Amino acid sequence: MAAHLSYGRVNLNILREAARKELREFLDKCAGSKAIVWDEYLTGPFGLIAQYSLLKEHEVEKMFTLKSGRLPSADVKNIIFFVRPRLELMDIIAENVFSEDKHHSSRDFHILFVPRRSMLCEQRLKEQGVLGSFINIDEYILDLIPYDGDLLSMEYESAFRECYLENDQTSLYHTAKGLMTLQALYGTIPQIYGKGDCARHVANMMLRMKREFAGTQNQILPVFDTLLLLDRNVDLLTPLATQLTYEGLIDEIYGINNGYVKLPPEKFAQKKQGEASKDLPTEPKKLQLNSAEELYAEIRDKNFNAVGAALSKKAKIISAAFEERHNAKTVGEIKQFVSQLPHMQAARTPCFPTLLKNEIQSLSNNSRQYPVSPVSASEAFFDNLTVEQEFMTGVDTDKVNTYIEDCIAQKDPLIKILRLVCMQSVCNNGLKQKVLDYYKREILQTYGYEHILTLNNLEKGGLLKPQTSSRNNYPTIRKTLKLWMEDANEQNPNDISYVYSGYAPLSIRLTQVLARPGWRSIEEVLKMLPGPHFEERQQLPSGLHKKRQQGENRTTLVFFLGGVTYAEIAALRFLSQMEDSGMEYIIATTKLVNGTTWIKSLMDRPESQTP
Amino acid sequence: MLISKTTQCSYTPTVHRYQKEIQRQDVYHFNNMTKSKADEEDYWNSSKFKAFTFDDEDDELIRLKESRQAVNSIQRLVEEDDDEDDVEKVSWSGEPVGSISWSVKETAASNQRTDREPAFPKIPTDTPSLSKSQSGYSLSSLFKGKTKGGNFQSFTDTLSDSSIRLYAPELRKPKSEYKDYVSDWSPEETIQRLQQGKTAPLEKFRSLQDKLLLLDFAVSAHDGNVITAVLIYLKRTLSKEVLFRELESRQTALRHFIHYLTETKDQRLLLELLRALGRTEDVALLQYKEHLSIADENKRRDFLKSCLSLPFSAEDSAHVQDHYTLLERQIIIEATDRQAERGGKVEIFQKFPRRASILNMPLITTLYYCCFYHYSEPEGTYSSPLNIRQAFKISEKQYFVTALAARAKLKAWLDVDALFTSRNWLGFTRKKSPLSFQRVVDVLQKNSAPTQVLQDYVGLVEDPDMRISLAQKHKCHDIVINTYRDMKDRQQLLGYRGKVGRGSAEERKIDELLNNQQIRWKN
Repeated sequence: MAAHLSYGRVNLNILREAARKELREFLDKCAGSKAIVWDEYLTGPFGLIAQYSLLKEHEVEKMFTLKSGRLPSADVKNIIFFVRPRLELMDIIAENVFSEDKHHSSRDFHILFVPRRSMLCEQRLKEQGVLGSFINIDEYILDLIPYDGDLLSMEYESAFRECYLENDQTSLYHTAKGLMTLQALYGTIPQIYGKGDCARHVANMMLRMKREFAGTQNQILPVFDTLLLLDRNVDLLTPLATQLTYEGLIDEIYGINNGYVKLPPEKFAQKKQGEASKDLPTEPKKLQLNSAEELYAEIRDKNFNAVGAALSKKAKIISAAFEERHNAKTVGEIKQFVSQLPHMQAARTPCFPTLLKNEIQSLSNNSRQYPVSPVSASEAFFDNLTVEQEFMTGVDTDKVNTYIEDCIAQKDPLIKILRLVCMQSVCNNGLKQKVLDYYKREILQTYGYEHILTLNNLEKGGLLKPQTSSRNNYPTIRKTLKLWMEDANEQNPNDISYVYSGYAPLSIRLTQVLARPGWRSIEEVLKMLPGPHFEERQQLPSGLHKKRQQGENRTTLVFFLGGVTYAEIAALRFLSQMEDSGMEYIIATTKLVNGTTWIKSLMDRPESQTP
Repeated sequence: MLISKTTQCSYTPTVHRYQKEIQRQDVYHFNNMTKSKADEEDYWNSSKFKAFTFDDEDDELIRLKESRQAVNSIQRLVEEDDDEDDVEKVSWSGEPVGSISWSVKETAASNQRTDREPAFPKIPTDTPSLSKSQSGYSLSSLFKGKTKGGNFQSFTDTLSDSSIRLYAPELRKPKSEYKDYVSDWSPEETIQRLQQGKTAPLEKFRSLQDKLLLLDFAVSAHDGNVITAVLIYLKRTLSKEVLFRELESRQTALRHFIHYLTETKDQRLLLELLRALGRTEDVALLQYKEHLSIADENKRRDFLKSCLSLPFSAEDSAHVQDHYTLLERQIIIEATDRQAERGGKVEIFQKFPRRASILNMPLITTLYYCCFYHYSEPEGTYSSPLNIRQAFKISEKQYFVTALAARAKLKAWLDVDALFTSRNWLGFTRKKSPLSFQRVVDVLQKNSAPTQVLQDYVGLVEDPDMRISLAQKHKCHDIVINTYRDMKDRQQLLGYRGKVGRGSAEERKIDELLNNQQIRWKN
């Protein structure tokens, strides 16, 4: 069922199996028939571990979402709450339990906290007078969830906000715990590198935990040679840029959550023109995106300009029959281009690749000649891209940008504005006070004064700031790390910069330089980036030193603290595949993010932003 | 936002009995010590003293539970057999069939179905309970040190296809666990125990020094849950002044404390703390944030007014002032307009009924509203667009864009015209705009302006290429033709001839130009 997890260099299915086993054990602890009451947020992450069938095998007969009021009736012996340790959820549980007692009598209650028990929550349950009603209070340690054959995520959305805004290090503790779990299953990682304050904390905790368990040696031959811990705030620029890989673009436009993309129902209606519309689906459809789908795995990391070519090649193999089908269509809006994707699920349907082809081609053509008037969605997309690229190459970052100004005047979504303004700030090492004040004023006047709070958060997080020194060190960083490549080859990439059509993600450059020639060559730049950089070694028992075969690749686990984008993942996969790199990468993160979800996590009351 | 995670409690009765003993001892000690160490009273809020453990269930309760479990296990035998039908294979609910989130909906739905069915007497059936698998080790059992006998066990019996031999991981059993039954835990050991989810009484740490030691160890363990546990204890047992003072030099602990207060919505203490720390801007923002939860507009306005005196940074202070002024105005405008609309005498409200109240809308939206409903009002009124522009120092560009959009929406083309017309000192009129005319055309076109109106502005677009492209798009033939003429581009003009109507005035004009000997064509 999760075979795609075991194809990679490291068999991540072991981790998944271990997690499933623990889930089964907990379920069996509550003997008899059960109903699970879900904290809705958890269903996504759990979906990556287990399907309903597993629960059913263990007598889970009903499942509900956690809601205040009375629990739905169900003839089961056990009611199990699967919840995150959050106080507001405890109040709902208490309400459920209270109203339950009046109507039923003999159902047993259990709580499973994910990923950790919380003293505060148990205190709250006690205050509410229901703590005694629970037979089992347990925790389900779900730190690192296998996402794909080379990808692990904690699905911990608020990690960046907690670490950099609230300075709450709980997520780092979970990270360290997760890494200990990983080492327990895959062997001690002999070398640890890191950059950033949070990285330093995590490494310290890992070393400390190892000391605490000293005396027992891990007897597993190490699978990972190196661990690289990277703080997100070392590279604030990359998530702000629009991702230009296929998967990245899907994420930018539709959003991928817990490995699933939700597509609007009208995307499935196209083929049946003229037919009665009453049968059409009304709810969005969810699709799982991972390497289990062969064709998807093949194109997901390509630059969107190269997807067309790749697909048409594929199309010829599959079928030529539908070649002429969509020729009449001229302008593909980006949305349409991605929308054809559902058919991917069934690559056997021969028409699918050709459906996509034309849209992507027209997009690719558009990107070459800049459009004249900002009207269509795809033109707006390229205008936005142009401005981003200007910032990244350091053009006019010290002035008020007219495009941003126009976007505000048009009341474009606030998050789009914030992404651009923050990007300008990061690329200029802070904005001139006058420029910053101007943007703030325009934003508050147009989107509401309450966003003072959000702007303050962005300043605290370092994404938006006034220029303190007159020296802007971004150009130096850009040049030393070759962050901008003039003619990035999107079709047959020879450098990671293809993932942003020219911009090479800073985080991945750091990773690349670490592998060769080593960080010593970029000491100066490392000092310009926030937080310490360090190297630690963990002793291995003498028998476990790897005898490396000639030409055998080394494996590095790169852990992004505070989030990673799909484009960065694509860049690392590209490095893994490079013939002479000698390194394979496994990626772990607190959460998969894009600029929008990331900024949203830093906003106060993001729901009030839609005018 | 996860709040700090806790420590686990162990439910074995032995530990509990033991625990009780420690508590008794503690109390005894305490009584002795209060006499001898009176100076510690400063740090010890004795009135609140209560034995503090993470788990105060007692044996009776455990026994009760055990018997209840026993009863329940009997009950299992008389459980009703749930003959739920097999799940559907295809679902258009958007969730993949068989996924958890799909199943949540699905079983909940089927539950509703069964709810509607009449209740029949339950027929007892025998449901055999699943045998618990004892082989293999789950992650947590490995880390919790539950492995029986402490022997290494391989994973291979549980993981079907893994070829790697796995041994029990290094996290198996920390040394400290052997000290489970030693009573006198040092601050460091206490923290370790808490981290491992075990009980450890904090009450025995009574001197300020010990308490701070406890806190420092908790901080260096980085476990948010443990830090919070210690902080709660300190909050209960230290005076505010001392706690605040000590936290000031312990930034990590301080942040956890702030987070804890935020999470438990202890706004009062939080504000007090921030004030004590001199973090006045944070205090101001935190207090300001509260306005979001006030629904009544008058109360909200009054609250914002009370925020004006808060120590914001200079720029934020100006914004908050504007926020207050805006809401104040909106309340007045809303009251007047609602009345006017109900009265039915004001034409514009009849023709274009208001879709929503203007309360709590952003400034620019308010400006748009006033440009729509109150455009020609004298500058003295609250709802006059010019007055708003003045009062809030709205940039020229923003004002123009907003006024343009509002007047274009009403198809008041004369107002649009007037907006851009300026007279120079000779009395000539000319059109001027703080935004590019390209943008003006864009706005007009979105509001379906007629070609006559559009072409005036298309003609003003400065860049010839842009002008031609817009003119072609909006069928302003004259402009296209004139521009090609000015560019002396014969080829393009010739080409455009094919695009205008045969025998039309435009075609004649092109022919005239092409035949004009005076023009020096560049091609």
